[in-house]
Amino acid sequence: MFELEGIFNAVGDFLASFLGSPLLQIVSVIAVGTVVAGFLAVLALFLVWWERKLSADFQVRMGPMRTGPHGVLQTIADAIKLLQKEDIIPLTADRKVFFWAPVVCFVTAFMAYICIPFGKGLIVRDLNIGILYIVAITTFTVISLLMAGWASNNKYSLLGGMRSAAQIVSYEVPLSLSLLGAVMLAQSLSMVTIVQGQSESFLHWYIWRQPLGFLLYIVAATAEVNRTPFDIPEAEQELVAGFNIEYSGMKFAMFFLAEFVNMFTVCAIAVTLFLGGWNPPFEFLSFIPSWIWFLGKCLFLIFVLMWFRWTYPRLRVDQLMAFAWKFLLPLAFLNIIASGFLIYLFE
Amino acid sequence: MVVNPSDRVEPASGGRELETQEFVVNMGPQHPSTHGVCRLILTMDGEVLKKIVPDIGFLHRSIEKIAENRTYHQFMIYTDRIDYVASMNANHAWCVAVEKLAAIEVPERAEYLRVIMAELNRIASHLVFLASFSIDLGAVTPFLYAFRERERIVDLFEMTCGQRLTYNYMRIGGVSRDVPKGFVSETKKFCKYLYPRVDEYEAILTENPIFLGRTKGIGILDLPTAIGYSVSGPPLRGSGLKWDIRKDEPYSAYEKFDFDIPTGLNGDTWDRYKVRIEEMRQSARIVEQALDGLPEGEIKAKIPARFRPPEGEVFARIEAPRGEMAYFIVSDGSTKPYRVKIRTASFCNLQALPVMGEGFKIADLVAIFGSLDIILPEVDR
Repeated sequence: MFELEGIFNAVGDFLASFLGSPLLQIVSVIAVGTVVAGFLAVLALFLVWWERKLSADFQVRMGPMRTGPHGVLQTIADAIKLLQKEDIIPLTADRKVFFWAPVVCFVTAFMAYICIPFGKGLIVRDLNIGILYIVAITTFTVISLLMAGWASNNKYSLLGGMRSAAQIVSYEVPLSLSLLGAVMLAQSLSMVTIVQGQSESFLHWYIWRQPLGFLLYIVAATAEVNRTPFDIPEAEQELVAGFNIEYSGMKFAMFFLAEFVNMFTVCAIAVTLFLGGWNPPFEFLSFIPSWIWFLGKCLFLIFVLMWFRWTYPRLRVDQLMAFAWKFLLPLAFLNIIASGFLIYLFE
Repeated sequence: MVVNPSDRVEPASGGRELETQEFVVNMGPQHPSTHGVCRLILTMDGEVLKKIVPDIGFLHRSIEKIAENRTYHQFMIYTDRIDYVASMNANHAWCVAVEKLAAIEVPERAEYLRVIMAELNRIASHLVFLASFSIDLGAVTPFLYAFRERERIVDLFEMTCGQRLTYNYMRIGGVSRDVPKGFVSETKKFCKYLYPRVDEYEAILTENPIFLGRTKGIGILDLPTAIGYSVSGPPLRGSGLKWDIRKDEPYSAYEKFDFDIPTGLNGDTWDRYKVRIEEMRQSARIVEQALDGLPEGEIKAKIPARFRPPEGEVFARIEAPRGEMAYFIVSDGSTKPYRVKIRTASFCNLQALPVMGEGFKIADLVAIFGSLDIILPEVDR
């Protein structure tokens, strides 16, 4: 009843009724882009607020309480404040690169949403290489962090940029490998096909057939989005803020929002590949719209990531590398071999 | 620009090593992990520390010189500012020194009250250590837990002397006022409340594999080096020496109480952390015993307002939360000291930082610095 697919289709049909085909193409691209951008902006604002409230709960505090009921308007106020801030570019900075780094960061975070299935029929474009595309595009973040670290011309931000480059490149490998098990089960790279392979009941979710893959993915994903215990690039206590130390105002806000958008991306991938995507756990629960299931599962995983962050200390940079190459990578290979063997055996 | 071919760096395969450059980073004076205004000049090779030079003096207030222009009573408020995280202990050190100089008998009740306050302040100070140390390692949550408990201690102090940071509670020959009604029962309640809380900190940190990885074997300070640098307090005990002024040269009423001196084995960051955690429990034990045995009587010896100690010099030391705090006073028989020299633990402990930190990574330096529990006003005075 509340499936959004029908609404979007109706709008599409309505537009198609009076627009010519080339014009329709342009209008629909703009419309879809606006909808996704609006959704992500609201989502990032919500996640920032939610993280502050959650951390307050973990730490026996109240969190934001003044702006709106329970501080719900706090992040909006913060965003407005950041917009008004003076945009400072250090004298010694490489101005062009300094300007483009937050743009690259935000745009790549945004582009991953082309093929994330939010619900039944709710996907911008179901690419047949969907998961490969997302993994590839999110890796671009590292370029923006390196750009920011280098262009600021600050030793701390350079250290932060180098660290993030090393970290993301290392964790990209176990991350991609941990996804392969689920892809082998679905026999497709398309996000929609993967979700459809997990319908019926929660017993068909790939997490039961890929428990190790799921765990590896969650660990690698935490590192991929630079969150504690892997938040080494921006280790506040050592590097002050790492790569974004020189950024202020809206440029800083773009890095900040991109971080939360990326967090949602990795959780969305985990939900799609391991937790049945938009499928409800039981058939009789399907009266609840699919997009609510998807968002609910994503928010649960985000809650887990936030839980990590407010519980654990931070690793050191060499321990982090050792963990990726000596522990996660062999396990990821083992997982692929074992899944391949079992799939061959049972199917 | 024409590049001389012989200047060009050959690729690694060409037989020559790729040239790398050491670079200098100024950590501080404004930096979240220097716990105040301290500058560390770091020479680094990538992430590895080659050389550490602490640069101090940003907080120098010439307290020793001020002492020469204040009477013995007046100087009490300045001692608060030497170590504001443990100002009860700083008060105590000054009292002990002046009383030794003038051979003043302190009433027993006053001595007990001093011990209670000093030990409560030691717990509060170690809680601040735990808070800042955990945040140095990236664990933000224990920070607020520790401050929640410290708040209760500060409330107890506020009950007693009206202040929440610089207490100015002790007086030469006693304490400024008696504890109010309800203080004893509230403090007993607090001690009961503290033990499970300390267990809670241990549950969240002590055996956590990430925490162990960040602290075990990091910043090792072996015993001869520690003694050579005159390191004292928890860093010295972490290196394995059972040395505590409260036990070895008892002052106040400390010889009447039963408590243990925790020591470490390896002298690494984890040992220093563990020693402090254990000291919190022991301090709570002392407070409980002192509250049970709190005698009735006077709280202050009769000292004239124009107090003139005899001519001479004195050296007295106490065990502050950060280590030995000592006063050397030269008296010329007037109302003001002729010369005052303050020996603070933070200053001596900071000197050992380069020995402990060199060869480790910058992230380790933050942990090592945190584990020394330096407080900068005490370094600079």
